[in-house]
Amino acid sequence: MLRFILQRAFYALPLILVIIVVMFTLLHLIPGDPVQALVGDYPVPPAYRQAIEEKYRLNDPFLTQVWNYVTAVLQGDFGYSYQNQRPVLGLILERAPRTILLASVGFAFAIPLGMAIGVITGTTRSATTDKIWTTSALIAYAIPTFWLGQLLVMFFALRLGWFPTQGIGPLVSRAHGFDWVLERGRYLALPALAFAIHEGMRFARIMRASVIDTLSQGYIITARSKGLTRGQIIRRHVLRNSSLPLVTVAGYAFGSALSGAVLLETVFTWPGLGLLMVDSIRLRDNLTVVGVVIFSALAVILMNLLVDILYALLDPRIRTGG
Amino acid sequence: MTASQIHRPGTAEHLLDVRNLKVCFQVSDRAVRAVDGVDFHVKPAECVGVVGESGSGKSTLIRAISRLMPNLRVSELSGDLRFEGRDILGMSERDIRALRRSQGFSMIFQDPLGYLNPTHRVGRQIAEALSPHSKGESDSQRVHSLLEEVGFSDPKSVAHSFPHELSGGMRQRVMIAIALASDPKLLFADEPTTALDATVQLQVLQTLYRIHKERNMAVVIITHDLGVVAELCDRVYVMQTGKVVETAGTVDLFERPKHSYSARLIELSAHRINFRSAGL
Repeated sequence: MLRFILQRAFYALPLILVIIVVMFTLLHLIPGDPVQALVGDYPVPPAYRQAIEEKYRLNDPFLTQVWNYVTAVLQGDFGYSYQNQRPVLGLILERAPRTILLASVGFAFAIPLGMAIGVITGTTRSATTDKIWTTSALIAYAIPTFWLGQLLVMFFALRLGWFPTQGIGPLVSRAHGFDWVLERGRYLALPALAFAIHEGMRFARIMRASVIDTLSQGYIITARSKGLTRGQIIRRHVLRNSSLPLVTVAGYAFGSALSGAVLLETVFTWPGLGLLMVDSIRLRDNLTVVGVVIFSALAVILMNLLVDILYALLDPRIRTGG
Repeated sequence: MTASQIHRPGTAEHLLDVRNLKVCFQVSDRAVRAVDGVDFHVKPAECVGVVGESGSGKSTLIRAISRLMPNLRVSELSGDLRFEGRDILGMSERDIRALRRSQGFSMIFQDPLGYLNPTHRVGRQIAEALSPHSKGESDSQRVHSLLEEVGFSDPKSVAHSFPHELSGGMRQRVMIAIALASDPKLLFADEPTTALDATVQLQVLQTLYRIHKERNMAVVIITHDLGVVAELCDRVYVMQTGKVVETAGTVDLFERPKHSYSARLIELSAHRINFRSAGL
């Protein structure tokens, strides 16, 4: 098992390197003059231009720049954000936990929700029950998250006043301990709910297909011929076997969710990586953009590794095969 | 209810008694008759063979009897099916489960890999089929003795294995152990050796036969291989297109087949045996 993990981790290394190089190259290909972008809509004094170009070594040959960037990134230096006037790494490290929090809480609700709906629709013998749930799930999935977010805000925040409309917490907070958690929870509730509904419906569809597939397997007939009840069969033989595809999809989805749910973070002004990305693109803060993308790529690679491991734990056939 | 009150002379000693079984599947907008008015019975401790080519309705027959119909839409299922005199088709889910759990009937299948859960260890899969019991013996002891009964010399390591770690023959013997766990009076074996190598086939059949004799358990073997029938069965039903075309004692069938279809099946299997001995 340990060998399996190390092997997968080892394969990921060259991938990371390639991603860094490709991202930097793309950054270089973006049209526009970084010095001009820094100054804004004013003519750039030649002396200033020269100083900047020397400071950031913009006139070095391209390959030298790539080399410098890659070695810097590998040492944890993602460059400096002109717009925020601070190192990109610090910026990412500040934003990332918020995105991770939102994604984790969203997934913590989305996965059980999706599994429950998937199992209900997949195992029911009533065509009506299946249709009602499946259609509702499809409609909920079809609602764009930003609009769903706004609907939730309009209803739960503006009309009922149960939750704040946006942000991650009050500007000044006097709450301590558990009260503080509750206060933060109120800010987290709506974006996490929008997140959970959208992802949960996607998981429900995957789970339903997978449950139906599992039910057609021979070992379900064996289980029936053993005299097990419906509930026992679903709990022991259907749930685990049909959650395998869900692990894959949820793992990858979580990986990409770590790059920030851009629309959702914008709607709720949730200052995570997604919002950072949008702001940085708007302000042409290229090094930050690249930094966020590299971070996201790392997150996806890491999640894939986790999915592989989880898969091996759930399915003994992979353990011996790998 | 009225059907159950009709006295049938001469059927009291039957463990399983099937009269006029009809099964129809709805395939898209067409009704396909898979079993068409079959009469069938099994006496206690008897070994009965059901032969016929694929599509003759032999698997559907035992699926209907054991109430394990495949996921096709069944448009008709009728007849008088009795196990120890009890009406099977009219039985509640709960009663049929009780029969499967203990002292009723069990089933083994053609493809033991697909019919074992790949994510559970073998021991657990046998243990969950054990009939309810009160005596001191633990579940794992009972699992081990079942594995020994089906011919494993190291039951502990087998119980700890996953299905994919075993060979085809071992898996089929695990399936038999699962089937035996409920102490059934009747075992349905649906093409139990078709998916196995020729040498392994014989071992599995021998195991099945030994257990049939040791336990005094009735066995119904579904097969298209008349060689299997010749080795094991007391009586044979020959099925073609959903009907029983001939029923006879095994020796009678091989020596004096009455129906042309039976004669052709025997001829074909003789050819195959010749091929085998010729090393092809």
